[in-house]
Amino acid sequence: MNRFYFDHNATTPLRPEVLQTLAPALAEVYGNASSIHYYGQIAKQRLEMARRQLAGLLKCDPREVVFVSGGTEADNLAIFGIARQNESARRHAITTSIEHPAVLSAFAQLEREGVDVTYARVGSDGIVDPNEIRRAIRPDTVLISVMHANNEIGTMQPIEEIAAIAKDAGVAFHSDGVQAAGKIPIDAKALGVDLYSISGHKIYAPKGIGALYVRNGITVSKLLHGGRHERDRRPGTENVPGAMALGCAAELSERDAVSENRRIAALRDRLEQGIVDRAPAVGINGARDSRVPNTTNLHFDGIEGEAMVISLDLKGFAVSSGSACSSGAVEPSHVLLAMGLSRELARSSLRFSLGRDNTEAQVDALIEAVAESAAHLRKISPTYTARA
Amino acid sequence: MSGGVDSSAVAALLHRDGHNIVGLTMQLWNQRRLPELAPDGVVTGRCCSLDDVYDAHYVAQRLGVPYYVVNFEDRFETQVVKPFIDEYLAGRTPIPCTLCNNFIKFDQFLDMAAGVGADKIATGHYARISYDDASGRYQMRKGRDETKDQTYFLFGLTQPQLARTMFPLGGYTKPQVRELARELGLPVAEKPDSQEICFVPNGDYAAFIEAYFREQGIDSQQTRGEIVDTSGRVLGEHAGVHHYTVGQRRGLRVAAREPLYVIATRPAEQKVIVGRNEDLLRSRLVAKEMNWISIAAPDAPRRAQVKIRNKHVAAQAMIHPTSDPTRVEAIFAEPQRAVTPGQGAVFYDGDLVLGGGWIE
Repeated sequence: MNRFYFDHNATTPLRPEVLQTLAPALAEVYGNASSIHYYGQIAKQRLEMARRQLAGLLKCDPREVVFVSGGTEADNLAIFGIARQNESARRHAITTSIEHPAVLSAFAQLEREGVDVTYARVGSDGIVDPNEIRRAIRPDTVLISVMHANNEIGTMQPIEEIAAIAKDAGVAFHSDGVQAAGKIPIDAKALGVDLYSISGHKIYAPKGIGALYVRNGITVSKLLHGGRHERDRRPGTENVPGAMALGCAAELSERDAVSENRRIAALRDRLEQGIVDRAPAVGINGARDSRVPNTTNLHFDGIEGEAMVISLDLKGFAVSSGSACSSGAVEPSHVLLAMGLSRELARSSLRFSLGRDNTEAQVDALIEAVAESAAHLRKISPTYTARA
Repeated sequence: MSGGVDSSAVAALLHRDGHNIVGLTMQLWNQRRLPELAPDGVVTGRCCSLDDVYDAHYVAQRLGVPYYVVNFEDRFETQVVKPFIDEYLAGRTPIPCTLCNNFIKFDQFLDMAAGVGADKIATGHYARISYDDASGRYQMRKGRDETKDQTYFLFGLTQPQLARTMFPLGGYTKPQVRELARELGLPVAEKPDSQEICFVPNGDYAAFIEAYFREQGIDSQQTRGEIVDTSGRVLGEHAGVHHYTVGQRRGLRVAAREPLYVIATRPAEQKVIVGRNEDLLRSRLVAKEMNWISIAAPDAPRRAQVKIRNKHVAAQAMIHPTSDPTRVEAIFAEPQRAVTPGQGAVFYDGDLVLGGGWIE
C-alpha cells in the first residue's frame, strides 16, 4: 500500500541534504568540542558553523543561539530561566490558553512554585488580543510567553505588537517559534522577542536537537547543572552532529522559504477546499487568513475524529486529531476548547499539516479518501447515536 | 485486545488463519481519576492501564498488524459506570460487564469497527455463535469450557450484533488457549486472568462508589440507615445500602443467635433487611427487558435451565410468557437461593443460550 504523510506539524522526515550532513558527521565528527586536541577543534568548528547557520535563520548574532535538545527544552529553559530568577520576590507571568503542553506544563509548575500566572484567552479565531496581554501586566510581571504559530490550527499570533507591549513594560518576552520556523520568515530583531524556541524535528532535522534564541542582555538561569557549555547556559557535551543537521536544515529552510511556502499554501488551500466541497457538514477551525501556509484543522460534524484518523491510516494517509498522551487517555484539544468549540466538535476535528514531500496528486487522493471515510462513518453512526 | 491472553490468542489465531485484522484496545476508564483507590499511586493490571496497552501493543507488533487505542471513556462512564452506581444505590446488584457488552463492546466498538471498514469484530469470549438455517437465526451456545463460559454476560446480544461477531475461542478450554498462546509465542501466555470488574481496583466496589461520590461532590453520609429483621425490628446500622447484596452474610456486624443474611434492601427508606437462610429461597422470578437470541420469543410456556448469577448452576424451570412481551416469569422446579434484583436471568436449553433479561 502506498503511504502518504500529512502530519508535518507532529514531526518531519529528514531532508536528504540534512541526512547527508548528519550521517557522515556521526561517523567522523566525534570529538568533544571542549577538547584541546585536533578532534575537539574540528568538532568545535562544526558546532560554531552550525550556530552561524541558526543565526542566519533568526537574523541574530551567533552568540545569541543556545543549542538544546529540542523545543520542549528550549521552552523550559526560557520560562524557568527567566521566572526562577529572584525566587524570593513576588512574581507574575502571562501566557495564553493555547500554548503547547511544554509551555503550559512549565507554567503550571511555576504556579506550584508560587508564581501567579495569567492565561490570556483567545477568540473563536484562535488569535490572542494584544490588549488582553497589556491589561494583564502588573508591576510584578516578570515574563510573557506567547507562541508564534499554533501547532494545531496554524494561526499566527501578533508577536510584534506583544513584543512592543512587553518592552514598554520592561517585561521579558518569550515566543515558542517551534511551528513558525521554516513556515514563515522569522527575524528575531524585527519580531522584538527576547527569547525564541526552535525545534529541529519540525524543520526536517532530527529529533533530539533544538535551539533557544536568547537576546544579548537577557540572562537565563540554567535548568541543568554541569559544565559551562553554551556560555554557561546549557551544560552537557554538545551534540555536534545534531547541531550540524539543525544548522543545515535552518539554512535550507531560509533559502527555500518563499517559493516552498507559496507552493505549500496552494496545496493546503486545494486540500481544504476539496474536502469542504466533497464532504458535507465540514467547518474550518480558526482564522483562515493569518495562518501558517501548511496547516488546516477541520471539524466533521457527527464523526469521531479518532475513527477518521484510523480509517485514513488504514487507507495509507497519516493525519492527526486532537492531542494524545501516552496513557491512551485522550482529551479533546485544549486549543479547540479554548477557541470555544464544544467537546463534540473538538473530538470531531482533524489536523492536516503539509510538507515538502506532499504533491498535488497526493492531495487529490487524500480528498477522495476523506470524503469516502466521512461518508462511511456518517452512514454507520446513526446506529449508535440512536441507541444512546 | 485487552492485553490479556484470551484476546491476544484471538488475534494470533485469526492472523494465522489468514484474516486481515486490526487490533484495537478500548480505553474505557482512566485509572488515575480516583487516586485514593490506588495504594502508592501505582495503578497496575486490570482495565486500561499502561501495562495492558503495552501488552496488547506488543502482541500486535509481534503479529505485524495495525494497532490502535480508542477512547470510549465518555460513553463507558455514562452507559456502564453511572448505571453501576445507580443500581447499587437503588438496592440492586448490577452486572457492569453485561452493560459494557450491550452498549460498548458490541455497540460503540462494533460501529467503529464497521466505520473503519471491518466486516466483523472478534473477541476472546468463551462462547459460540452459529447460524441456524431452519430458524434463520444466529444462535449462541456456551463455550466448550464450562468453567470459563461467558454466555451469562452476553444475553443482551441481538441478531445484527451476532451477525458481525466472531468468538474464535468458543471451542477451546482455557488450558488449550494458554497452550495455543505459548505455541504462537505470545508474551502474554502466562498472564493471570482478570477476575474482577475492570474499573474497580481490588474488587472493592463500595470503596469505588465512595471515591466516585467524593470526586463528584456527593455527600455519602446521606446513605446511612438501619438494618432490620423481617418483622421490622432494628438490629443495627449500615453505612449505605450499596455495601450489601442479597445473600450476603459478612459485614453486617449484628449480633444474632443464628447466621443472618441480607434478604433485600429498601433504598427509599435506607433500610437493609436481614433474615435466615430459608428466607433467601425463592421459587419464581420475573425477568424484564427480555432479549431472545437462539429462539424467537416463545408464545407458550416451555422448559429451560435458568442461571441467576454467573457462578450459579443453571436450575430447571418453566418459563411463562406474560402479557408484556418484554417480561417473562420463570418458575423453578426447586427454590433457588438469593434471587437478586439487578442480576441477569439467562435461559438455556442445554448449551444453547435461549435468551435473557434483568431480574426484577
